[in-house]
Amino acid sequence: MSAHAGAHHHTNYVKIWAILLALLVVSVVGPMAHIQVLTLVTAFGIALVKAYIVARKFMHLDVEKPIVHWILALALVFMVLLYAGIAPDVGRDSGQRWKKTDGWHHLPPQSDHDGGAHKGAEGATGH
Amino acid sequence: MKPIATTRSSMGIATGKLAVWWVLVSEIVIFGGLLASYVMNRLAHVEWGDQAAHTNTWAGAFNTFVLLTSSLSAVLAHQAAEKGDGPKAARFLYMTCLGGLVFLVVKGFEWAHEIQAGFVIQSGGFWGYYYTAAGLHGFHVLAGMAVMIWVASSAKKNQDLHRVENVGLYWHFVDIVWIFLFPLLYIAK
Repeated sequence: MSAHAGAHHHTNYVKIWAILLALLVVSVVGPMAHIQVLTLVTAFGIALVKAYIVARKFMHLDVEKPIVHWILALALVFMVLLYAGIAPDVGRDSGQRWKKTDGWHHLPPQSDHDGGAHKGAEGATGH
Repeated sequence: MKPIATTRSSMGIATGKLAVWWVLVSEIVIFGGLLASYVMNRLAHVEWGDQAAHTNTWAGAFNTFVLLTSSLSAVLAHQAAEKGDGPKAARFLYMTCLGGLVFLVVKGFEWAHEIQAGFVIQSGGFWGYYYTAAGLHGFHVLAGMAVMIWVASSAKKNQDLHRVENVGLYWHFVDIVWIFLFPLLYIAK
């Protein structure tokens, strides 16, 4: 039996689930207003809140040992490093020896699955 | 009853559970990289929003509901295991698997519809990401179901009940990944 078993024996998980469903409804309905700020808050802000609730209440991070928090923090640091190392190049259209060519992300749906997409993919490598 | 876990004395945490957390750490880097790559490309290519307009928001929302509900049954299985009620824990684990199955069936219908409409993995940057991210996530759902059936089969005999919590941790993580994929793939249009 885990040491923190008693801490969540009496947690009302159904109530937490109901809160998560209510947040899901808001995250679907909010973006229907087609207001960018509202979409960001309701879709992505609420995703963060839902993830936090699942991690804290269902994965019991609220009563978990410090070592777990530390190794999770380590993973998040790696994630940020990954993003920070790559994002500057992804955001650019050209560099010293490469250039993104037009059209590689403007492909229409291909009903015959022919080589059109492949042409676009080649364009993306742009030598 | 058998002791249900050994414990790392230096860290005060059951060995198996610590191992699961390390697995999840590697998964955070995998899925975190995937999510970060979406954000980077989405900011660089506004036309991804037009491509995303073809995904079915209601199917995505229903699958979110299914996974949140399966997370509930997973945590109820853990609660039952802590009370020493293995058969009840096993029943909740089977319910969780059923949720995973429903999720995959819905995803299968979605993909079939999208492929029939001509949206395949080569149809553009967004679709490449869509099939890669949802496919990798779906594979994790499938793997979780397989492990969960195995854990449930011993839990119903009141054996190795600590594994109920461990597989539950993995399942909640898969749920969290979907919580982030849902707005990226279905809402941001």
